[in-house]
Amino acid sequence: MTSFVKPKILRPNEPLNELGLARVDYEGNMSTLCAGCGHDSVTAAIVRAFYELSIPPHRALKISGIGCSSKTTSYFMNDSHGANTVHGRMPSFATGALSANNDLATIGISGDGDSLSIGLGQMAHAMRRNVNMLYMLENNGVYGLTKGQFSASADLGSLPKKGDPNEFSPIDPVAFALSVGATFVARSFSGDRNQLVSLIKAGLKHKGFAMIDVISPCVSFNDHKGSTKSYAHTYEFYSQAVHADYIAPSEEIVAAYDEGEVMPVELHDGGYIQLRKIDATYDPTDRGAAFNRVMASDNANEILTGLLYIDESQPDLHETQNMEARPLNQIPYAELNPGADKLRALQAEFR
Amino acid sequence: MSGPGLNDFVIKIGTVNGTGSASANGLLMKSIFRMGIPVVGKNVFPSNIQGLPTWYEIRVSGEGHAGRSGEVHMMVAMNQATYDQDLAELTTGGVLVYDSTWPRPQLENRPDVTVIGVPLMKMCNEVVKAARSRILMKNMAYVGAVAALVDIDLAVIRGLIEETFAAKAKLIDSNMEAVKLGYDYVKANYECPLRFRVSALDKTKGKVMIDGNTAASLGCVYAGATFGAWYPITPSTSLMDGFVKYCKKLRVNDENGKNKFCIIQAEDELAAAGLIIGAAWNGARAFTPTSGPGISLMSEWIGFAYYTEIPVVFFDIQRTGPSTGMPTRTQQCDIQTTAYASHGDTKHIVLYPSDPHECFDFAVRSFDLAERFQTPVFFLSDIDLGMNDWMVDELTWDDSYIPDRGKVVTKEDLDKMESFSRYLDVDGDHIPYRSLPGTDPKGAYFLRGSGHNKHARYTELGHEYQEVVDRLLAKWASAKTAVPAPIVHKAERQARYGMIAIGTSDAAAQEARLRLEADGMPVDYMRIRAFPFTDEVEAFMAEHEEVFIIDQNRDAQLLNLLLTETSVAREKLFPILHYSGEPLNYRFVYDELMKRIKLRKIA
Repeated sequence: MTSFVKPKILRPNEPLNELGLARVDYEGNMSTLCAGCGHDSVTAAIVRAFYELSIPPHRALKISGIGCSSKTTSYFMNDSHGANTVHGRMPSFATGALSANNDLATIGISGDGDSLSIGLGQMAHAMRRNVNMLYMLENNGVYGLTKGQFSASADLGSLPKKGDPNEFSPIDPVAFALSVGATFVARSFSGDRNQLVSLIKAGLKHKGFAMIDVISPCVSFNDHKGSTKSYAHTYEFYSQAVHADYIAPSEEIVAAYDEGEVMPVELHDGGYIQLRKIDATYDPTDRGAAFNRVMASDNANEILTGLLYIDESQPDLHETQNMEARPLNQIPYAELNPGADKLRALQAEFR
Repeated sequence: MSGPGLNDFVIKIGTVNGTGSASANGLLMKSIFRMGIPVVGKNVFPSNIQGLPTWYEIRVSGEGHAGRSGEVHMMVAMNQATYDQDLAELTTGGVLVYDSTWPRPQLENRPDVTVIGVPLMKMCNEVVKAARSRILMKNMAYVGAVAALVDIDLAVIRGLIEETFAAKAKLIDSNMEAVKLGYDYVKANYECPLRFRVSALDKTKGKVMIDGNTAASLGCVYAGATFGAWYPITPSTSLMDGFVKYCKKLRVNDENGKNKFCIIQAEDELAAAGLIIGAAWNGARAFTPTSGPGISLMSEWIGFAYYTEIPVVFFDIQRTGPSTGMPTRTQQCDIQTTAYASHGDTKHIVLYPSDPHECFDFAVRSFDLAERFQTPVFFLSDIDLGMNDWMVDELTWDDSYIPDRGKVVTKEDLDKMESFSRYLDVDGDHIPYRSLPGTDPKGAYFLRGSGHNKHARYTELGHEYQEVVDRLLAKWASAKTAVPAPIVHKAERQARYGMIAIGTSDAAAQEARLRLEADGMPVDYMRIRAFPFTDEVEAFMAEHEEVFIIDQNRDAQLLNLLLTETSVAREKLFPILHYSGEPLNYRFVYDELMKRIKLRKIA
């Protein structure tokens, strides 16, 4: 792999966002993934979401681990600081980076290998701490860069390109996230751009840890008949439970749906996430019910998507740490130095 | 060679851990310190919470020697389980203090020692009602017995007890009563004081008794560290305990009660390393305290931070390895690991503090060096330094200190630049400029542990890769002029022999050198304080016929590092290896050196 710089081509009459930036201003290097890779669709959705939210690219952080999915951080927002870190360890790096400056919109990109095997512990603890970040889990059921071994999200009985079917119980990232206390849990599909963009926007605006499990098929190693992570399989069993639209503080909530099907969740920035329920009986603010529904869908081979759970009331890490609003990396040393007199005084106990 | 005599002797106390004896032992040591007499305290404890043998050794040294002597002149044997061992350790002519509530037939094995029996438990049972209190009071009673024997001022003991129990006044009298039980019994039944005893001096003014971890934690606070992450591991935990304590005391915004720091207890050492590297990348001064097993787990991240040039500080409080080893015993067994931690070609800056005062100073310097050279810095301490109280000059601070944040570009800097390249050697000093996230779009770059060129772009081109790693090596080597220089103690006469040590070998090495010279054997001594080695190190070895290298490990790690990193000939270096897990004593160094010198003379 080499990195290719993508030329920036601005068409006449290109629509601009509130910052006067065009969508190309949110793009990155040329992707070096296989043609048709689901991850490239996810990248395009991320570009659109950041563009539509008018987030200044240099006020964002994009951090990843290792793997095909983790490579994608260099395929969007060249004007953001990015970090391609260590396999399975993106969450700790992201948590540290955010602790130093919580004013940056942070997106973590990972995959099913990076998150569910080598990095399961770190992902769980980032969720427990309710780190204020969006965590994209690009899920294709295989290790792509090492050429097609099963990952921990491979379904029971799913067939590999060559060899024997998977015999180990899969880890469902959504059920896992619900059980360890993530405060925003969603699932989507790289083939559903509109849903994905809505969820990314909502996840970025959620205060706390937002996880989106994105089924993102691997065209080279897991898109064949018998695979449960192929495009064909995902389209067939795809089911939408709850739509989530981010409504900025300046916009009005328009409810074009029957009562009971729309549920606004107020955000810390004064905006809303408007939930449009396809299934009116589903309550995405009830953790237990969400868990039951996810388990039932798993058992029915249904790929349940949408914003499956949200809890906007929990404190994020910054708040539980009782930190100042001002970022740590901007506190001048004069305020950090307790001074010579204090040092002298506190040594009384050592005399 | 040494003691026992006036203000020159060693008391060792053998107890059971979890019985509260630590406070009694601390009281004994502090009382002597308050009488103006230099003391050394060594706690030898098990990896256990309650019920196993533990010892505390107090060396009274009017001359101010800071290490162990290797002798025991008074054994306070309170633990039946280690009684035989404790008795055997007593130097001929020494004094055994034991609890005569129960008979001890083994006493007959040592006709060469003086036996002082004190019915401690019996006396405490008669006076104290609650069972738990009896055990605690028994500890205070042996303090009293020892005080009578070596002439410690009871008023000083009382003063310390009053300070300790300032908030629970009724405990002051009950504790003093227990002290008096032991004190009065010994006074009434034995001739006091002994021929070795204390006599007030004026040698502890301006001194404090502090452990290295506490001092290092204060160093982190004063250096302006704002982010700490750790996974609990003995013997490093108290460093983070100290940082938490002092941050809560000194780093909370008075106006709104909000913290100007962030401390995260990680899920493991891998996460602790990732957390601090992420925070440091984003401009916070960040550190983690750990020990050998933690360094092993952090190694992948260490290579990442080295290759991507992120300034972080790792405090490695060494303990006896390999594997879990003896977690509460000391060694210098991570010298090689920290010098080269992680896979691939990696070399690090390592500082070797030798006492708590230096722990404070070097903690501050570690952050300055890390940010100046944009690289991980290791602060290599050990359990002896980290967890024992050492008598050192009071810590001082210069309020004119300005942290060296290294080459960080601001928005104004970026505005003036045509373009920004993260790994470009603009100044020809091998150190590139770094930009912090959120500053300006022009400063944006992509950080990667994969092959990158000087513009921070991905590369698999050999020459582009080499250009970066060659610069990293040159950068590391250039740090030798910035790290703390070695300290040399020259013999008064021309010396054929040299001696080199680092860290906690210093006190024993210094005392051995003095005694060797007094006995007609001049030896020059150099204490190395950092890696990469400065030019003085190579020169010192060149100046001497033979150089003794003191290592507190089996494999002569310091010696081998010297061989690898300098041009010294192997035949010139002779190892002195101490790796039992106990803190080094001067007698061991003296004897090993003498043995070798005699052998050479015969040959």
